[in-house]
Amino acid sequence: MIRDAALVASKDLRLEWRGRVGLGQVLPFALLCVLLFAFALDPDRGVLQRATSGLFWMIVLFAAVLVVQRSFSVEGEDGVLDALRLSGLAPASVYLGKVAAIVVQLLALEALLLVAVAVLYDTTLRGWGLLLGTVLLATLGIAGAGATYGVVGLRLQGAETLLPLLLLPLLAPVLIGATRAGDVALGRSAGPGWPWAAMLGIFAVVYVSLGAILFRPLMEDL
Amino acid sequence: MTIDGSVSPSGAVAPARSPAPTSTSSRATRILGTVALVGTAALVVFGLWITPPDAQLGETIRILYMHVPTVSAAYVAFIITAVASVAYLWKRTEFWDLLAASSAEIGVLFFALTIFNGMLWGRITWGVFWRWEPRLTTTTVLFLTYLGYLAVRRVPTSTRTRGTVSAVIGILAVVNIPITHKAVDWWRGLHQEKTIFGTVDPEMQGTQLFTAYLGLTVFLVLFAWLLIHRFRLAWLTERAEEQGLDAAIAERRAEGSLS
Repeated sequence: MIRDAALVASKDLRLEWRGRVGLGQVLPFALLCVLLFAFALDPDRGVLQRATSGLFWMIVLFAAVLVVQRSFSVEGEDGVLDALRLSGLAPASVYLGKVAAIVVQLLALEALLLVAVAVLYDTTLRGWGLLLGTVLLATLGIAGAGATYGVVGLRLQGAETLLPLLLLPLLAPVLIGATRAGDVALGRSAGPGWPWAAMLGIFAVVYVSLGAILFRPLMEDL
Repeated sequence: MTIDGSVSPSGAVAPARSPAPTSTSSRATRILGTVALVGTAALVVFGLWITPPDAQLGETIRILYMHVPTVSAAYVAFIITAVASVAYLWKRTEFWDLLAASSAEIGVLFFALTIFNGMLWGRITWGVFWRWEPRLTTTTVLFLTYLGYLAVRRVPTSTRTRGTVSAVIGILAVVNIPITHKAVDWWRGLHQEKTIFGTVDPEMQGTQLFTAYLGLTVFLVLFAWLLIHRFRLAWLTERAEEQGLDAAIAERRAEGSLS
């Protein structure tokens, strides 16, 4: 199962690497958001610095919607999904492969975005343990829920606009948890940060497990 | 749950030529409806006149006689949606699909009412319509989650795809209820303020307590009444779509000439 998942993930990542959609479209979009927030929230008043964590995760959520959409739109072309079903891979493996590919893409994006935010919002990155834990767990949760909704979007042709409406309210706890943990890591607020990270972990475990179970009916009914 | 005994909603396929019922009401729903109507009238009388104002909340306690029931009924609705969604993925019958959808629709309606009367309460208590009070915030996030569910159901696609996709969303959404609750509670944990629930239950006595439970009962009956009607309507809509518009018109004409 792990091997099958790795197969799907490597297929997705190879496609992404060759297509350069993430690099050419999603990353510039994320950087654009960094600028737009600066335009919206006067950089001289320190709002950007105080809200760095929250703004960072907002951008990640927006970018995640695009990454998820892209990850499944490649399956919709030329009957690839049918081929996947015929390949004999277990739906759970396909799902986990998809999640893994989305996680890798988002992590790459987050690494670059973190640098951008540190430079442009004049934020000193610290609390690395908590920061990395938060990034990993939140990304896993986002990808877990995202992959399930990605295939939902694929099933409903012409309903791509639905994805943000479906995905973002579900990810509200992730935004809350990741922002708070990030605030603690960056020294913006006092208090323990690990309980927030633990919540992100629970979210990730719950949604990855549910996704692995529910992917079968979603794939079978095409 | 049969409609005039002629169609069985629990069956996967309805008999092709069975006469369509002309109404969604039955003896049971008429009784439920009457109970709901009388109960609502009683709730208005108790809530607005008979009960005394609260020592702490003053007159605003009267909003709670509606606020608590609407939010409770909404949660019942979403649990029914989730259970019916699981049952649909298991049994694959139209009954469960339509039950899940009908229940979610009424749940969203009750959530909207909850947010509305919560805001009214806020206007009186805090002086503003909106504050990031945990319960109100959670309700709004979940309200939007379920709007997504309803939006999915409106996307034109095959019945089976619609059923599967919305069942999955119905399950994912209900799992998110406790997580969102916890997250928002924690998020607002540092800003303790008067909440719409926090100051109520233990203080209530006598007619106040009675009215609170009366409200809960009335709204649950109202919910059941709405659910049955909404379900039957959904069921009939499916049948009408099956038969095609022409056949439906022909039937209506035939009925018209009979009566």
